Amino acid sequence: MTTEFAYETTPGRQLPDGQQPKIELHGVGKVYPGTTVPAVADLDLDVPTGEILVLVGPSGCGKSTTLRLINRMIEPTSGKIIFDGEDVTDVNADALRRRIGYVIQQIGLFPHQTIAQNISTVPRLLGWDKARTAQRVDELLELTGLDPREYRDRYPKELSGGQAQRVGVARALGGDPEVLLMDEPFGAIDPITRDRLQNEFLRLQSELKKTIVFVTHDIDEAIKMGDRIAILGDQSVIRQFDTPERILAYPVDEFVSDFIGSGSTLKGLNFERVRDLQLSEDFAIVGVDTDRTEARRIFEASPERWMLVCDRDSRPLRWVGENDLSDGAPSLERAGVPVSATVMPNATLHDALEEMLLSNAGQAVVVDEKGRCQGILDIERLADVLKRLRHQAKKHYEGLAARETGEAAPPSEPGRSGAPHDESLGGEH
Amino acid sequence: MSDQGGAALGDRRRRLPVRAIAGAAFSVLVIWYLFVFETAANNDLFEGLDLLFSGIGRLPSLLFDGSAYASWWEWMTDAEGWSAIFERVVEHVQLVATSMAFAVAISVVLGVLIHRVRSLRGPILGIASIFLTIPSLALFAVFISVPGIGIGDRGPIIALTMYSILPILRNTVIGLEDVDRAVIESAQGMGLNKRQRLLQVEVPLAWPIILTGIRVAALLNIGIAAIAPLVGGTGLGRYINDGLQRFPDLTSVERMWTGVVFTIVLALVADIFFSLLRRFTTSKGLR
Repeated sequence: MTTEFAYETTPGRQLPDGQQPKIELHGVGKVYPGTTVPAVADLDLDVPTGEILVLVGPSGCGKSTTLRLINRMIEPTSGKIIFDGEDVTDVNADALRRRIGYVIQQIGLFPHQTIAQNISTVPRLLGWDKARTAQRVDELLELTGLDPREYRDRYPKELSGGQAQRVGVARALGGDPEVLLMDEPFGAIDPITRDRLQNEFLRLQSELKKTIVFVTHDIDEAIKMGDRIAILGDQSVIRQFDTPERILAYPVDEFVSDFIGSGSTLKGLNFERVRDLQLSEDFAIVGVDTDRTEARRIFEASPERWMLVCDRDSRPLRWVGENDLSDGAPSLERAGVPVSATVMPNATLHDALEEMLLSNAGQAVVVDEKGRCQGILDIERLADVLKRLRHQAKKHYEGLAARETGEAAPPSEPGRSGAPHDESLGGEH
Repeated sequence: MSDQGGAALGDRRRRLPVRAIAGAAFSVLVIWYLFVFETAANNDLFEGLDLLFSGIGRLPSLLFDGSAYASWWEWMTDAEGWSAIFERVVEHVQLVATSMAFAVAISVVLGVLIHRVRSLRGPILGIASIFLTIPSLALFAVFISVPGIGIGDRGPIIALTMYSILPILRNTVIGLEDVDRAVIESAQGMGLNKRQRLLQVEVPLAWPIILTGIRVAALLNIGIAAIAPLVGGTGLGRYINDGLQRFPDLTSVERMWTGVVFTIVLALVADIFFSLLRRFTTSKGLR
């Protein structure tokens, strides 16, 4: 057994935005004995430091196998695994695993040990002293939202599924690993608890900044959790590797768009915020005290069929149409329909769309925290955003493809210059 | 070898009601005694059988015969003496404990080996099952002719060890197999090596089932050890043997009773001992 780490630096293999990956897989493959078809075929994968990389794909595509290749729970039959610039393909696997947290769907807490003993598993293996271990246990319980005094001495059978998975995550973080591997960690938990655990985990990650590889078969979970998503096809071939925004805006092929399924456009709206948007300037806005003739003149000058009436503090009040401005109609304060759809600038476009669909007038008023009108958002603005996103993503991929052909990568490393996963664009799939 | 799978011996779901069995065994021994008594008197098997059935009818009156108990008690306190009886009990315990120690060591090692090398499972469990089918008296006697063993306690210890292997081995194998795959996977994922996984996770989790196997084997052994004196061994079986040989002289029945009753008492004490041991050596998380 080798405990020495062999060092090898790998310059020139960087992520598009210039960051050094935490873990790199170079042509890693797994062929099970007695089979000829590889379970994982020649996989190149860079895991960006401090980010959540989600491996997502249909059942049986080898995503779990890929994850287990990283901590060598499954020994690769070919290729190299680089961890922090060190080649860890042949080092002592147990020593490697103590540096990598591992969370599985079935959790696998040790039933004969207390929660504290479970969490201190890796610190014990690493030879931490008692005081440091005990402190770490309490810290992790706090971090995962469990009161140490209450839970420290409990046994796993006394926990609910959600609590058990919290302990599972705490245990994986026990030795303060830089990397966390998670295999469908929230897969067996009811939808409400899952949602809560996902949110808490994201909050945790925003503090911890661990490098995480997360496996799921659920594209919605992938979109929610991932800083980057790798969509895997059969034998773990990467079909697309990008941010969730870009994947939703521009699925590179039919496989990816089929996998994302319908509604990808709508899901993409979750990543855009109202404040980043050019608001509509076509709508007329008048104060509640505006004289009726004046109001009618302003309305007629505007191309829209609705006009917004705001109160004296410029808070939106009513939407008025042509009929509401005729003589004999009630005053502007009571004319038309009330404004029901308002959104704050930091709302997502998804929320804004929902508001718009619920409102009578079909548009949403953007208000600041004091409720003052900032502008108006209508469906055309949303359509523009989607068009822009799609266009940008397309441009991005065209740029990559151009760079690919222009640079003429050395034959020994096909497709490895520039972004690592351009293969999916080359039309081979 | 067909039943190499199956449940662990004496696990919780089908735990043998040991106390009830001990009681039944006692009754059978009394019937056996009546059978021998009458057959020996008449030297006629069929008449003996006939008398056996009438003997069963006489059983209640015999059990409530106060004078029989009184003379038995007298023999134990005055003629034989408690210290002598205690010595026999100690001999019996030594016989059982020695063979159990060997059996536990052999079985746990073999169990772990089988757990690692699956292909050994069939052959090893098969051989252990065959041991258990050999009639005990024959197995005890076989060792007399083996050089270096001869008469005495050695043969019985070897035989008892052979009998104990199957219950302990099978429970060890099943206990280790029963450990949740996810627990082992997470242990491996955290970097516990093979030895640490075995000692810190697998054996502690299999322990209640292994211990149950040990208990079943121990109770089995306490009963079988009673025939050790037939090959020159020691233990409470001496009283039964003496009584049979002296029959129908005075004190023969008292001797047999002493042997039988103390064997049963020993089994009950062992049973209680193992349930306490289980309680104190099993994690609260598994109860």
